[in-house]
Amino acid sequence: MSTRNRWAPYLYLLPALAVLLTFHFIPIFYALRVSMFRWGIAGAERFIGFRNYGLILQDFRFWQSLKNTLWYSLGTVPLTMAISLAVALMLNALPKGRNVYLALYFLPMVTSIVAISVVWRWIYHPRFGLANAILSILHLPRLGWLNEWRSVFPGGPSLALVSIIVLMVWKTLGYDVVIFLAGLQTIPREYYEAAIIDGATGWVKFWRITFPLLSPTTFYLLIISTILSFQIFAPVWLITGPPPGGPLGTTNVLVYYIYENAFNFSRYGYASALSIILFVILISMTILQRRVIETRVYYEV
Amino acid sequence: MKFRILAIYLGLSIIAFFMVLPFYWMVTTALKTPLEAIKFPPTWIPHNFVWQNFVHAWRSAPFGRYFLNSIIITVGSTVGVLVTAALAGYALGVLNFPGRGGIFMLLLATMMIPMPVYIVPDYLILTRLGWIDTYKALIIPWIASTFSIFLLRQYFKSIPRDLYEAGLIDGCNHFMLLWRIALPLVKPALAAIAIFSAVSSWNSFIWPLVMTNSPWMRTVQVGLGYFLHEESTNYTLLAAASTIAALPIIILFVFAQRAIIETYMRSGRKG
Repeated sequence: MSTRNRWAPYLYLLPALAVLLTFHFIPIFYALRVSMFRWGIAGAERFIGFRNYGLILQDFRFWQSLKNTLWYSLGTVPLTMAISLAVALMLNALPKGRNVYLALYFLPMVTSIVAISVVWRWIYHPRFGLANAILSILHLPRLGWLNEWRSVFPGGPSLALVSIIVLMVWKTLGYDVVIFLAGLQTIPREYYEAAIIDGATGWVKFWRITFPLLSPTTFYLLIISTILSFQIFAPVWLITGPPPGGPLGTTNVLVYYIYENAFNFSRYGYASALSIILFVILISMTILQRRVIETRVYYEV
Repeated sequence: MKFRILAIYLGLSIIAFFMVLPFYWMVTTALKTPLEAIKFPPTWIPHNFVWQNFVHAWRSAPFGRYFLNSIIITVGSTVGVLVTAALAGYALGVLNFPGRGGIFMLLLATMMIPMPVYIVPDYLILTRLGWIDTYKALIIPWIASTFSIFLLRQYFKSIPRDLYEAGLIDGCNHFMLLWRIALPLVKPALAAIAIFSAVSSWNSFIWPLVMTNSPWMRTVQVGLGYFLHEESTNYTLLAAASTIAALPIIILFVFAQRAIIETYMRSGRKG
């Protein structure tokens, strides 16, 4: 529709665009600029080109944080998806009571990560915690949980990082359940009816009908969960260490490393270079997602 | 067949038990005496309900101030998001103008950049503006959201064009059309945006953590985070404080769970 005043549409867009561009879009380019400097709180100190990036590539703590982030991602994403798919399949088979269960599963998703971290640190307490209480009921040895720097298997993540993984699987499970359940409900019933006539068992039905027809949902969840997993920060700051990222840096993740450089050490240039690296990783995943599932993009022009 | 359904109920209930257990643990710990809290093996039901813990927790840090800050920031950013998204969504969904496609793509690109990537440059920008440690730094960057714009645009587009045209013939201008005709028709979308924005604003942590320095500018979440570091062994107090901090959203969730779950589903955002 046209307007009498040809500037009106731009005026309508101005508040939103001004805020989004100033604080969410342009800062990427600003970060690129800052990353080429030694940058203190007072501003640029010295132009150093790509030196920060060179330093990052030789930085043991960077590679450690990248490795920890990858382990975190590799731990949370498949685990959350596998459990939530099983839960969604069970919910889908229920005649009633679905919404009650859904609400209970979703509750951690809307609860603040700070309150949740407080409780889980208490659960993981080596001496008085619920986790070790459950282990001792089962006659298993107690564990150090968040204090344990040793790997759960050779070359693998520390038990401390695994503790964070379990916490986050618990927190985000509900989201995946809801998305899987919505995906399951788009599969036409006739497919299953036809399969039953052909004598297919439950297992065959799952692998031949449910799983392939659910693949857009699965892929969508895989990508957004992976993107999100690279942004893990809050529980690391809140309940690992002290200092956060510990024990022995085994829970030091990328975003925490950015935080530490910028806000503990005021190394803004270095932190900006790390931000750009994180951006490149995340944007590649986003582009992959957009390419593969155009169908889910409902905001076409 | 009956047996199968029963087994499913059992399986789902076991998982539900583990989903609720930490919440139960938080509330019961908040009601124990410090001595009972560190009993091993732990007690499932507190011997005496020490309601005093909540009063004590509330007084051991300026939680009143934290709540005030969180309320101001949540209300401010939610109202802001509604206003900017209504205007921008209307322009993109209803009006024709040169450059619409380009602006649309720009918004789409903005949507792809997650917050941890721009928090460092934003800190530097806000420092330059002198906004660090003020409400401005906590509200203004969050009074616009691409998801809300796209959602409202979609709703405005689905309103029959005849309605808009009839309004124009009656002498309305577009601002009146938006206010009198379009907005009342998309109330469910506005409610969804308001709830989603309020929940994310109340729960936000890293942003207010970075953008505030002084204790009196802390939000509930940041205040609780520092409280956790300072009182790291005072478990009954910590549990009581966490319960207080989590309660507003849990109450909201009890009353609006369908709407909240649906909004999360549509937003394509997990966090």
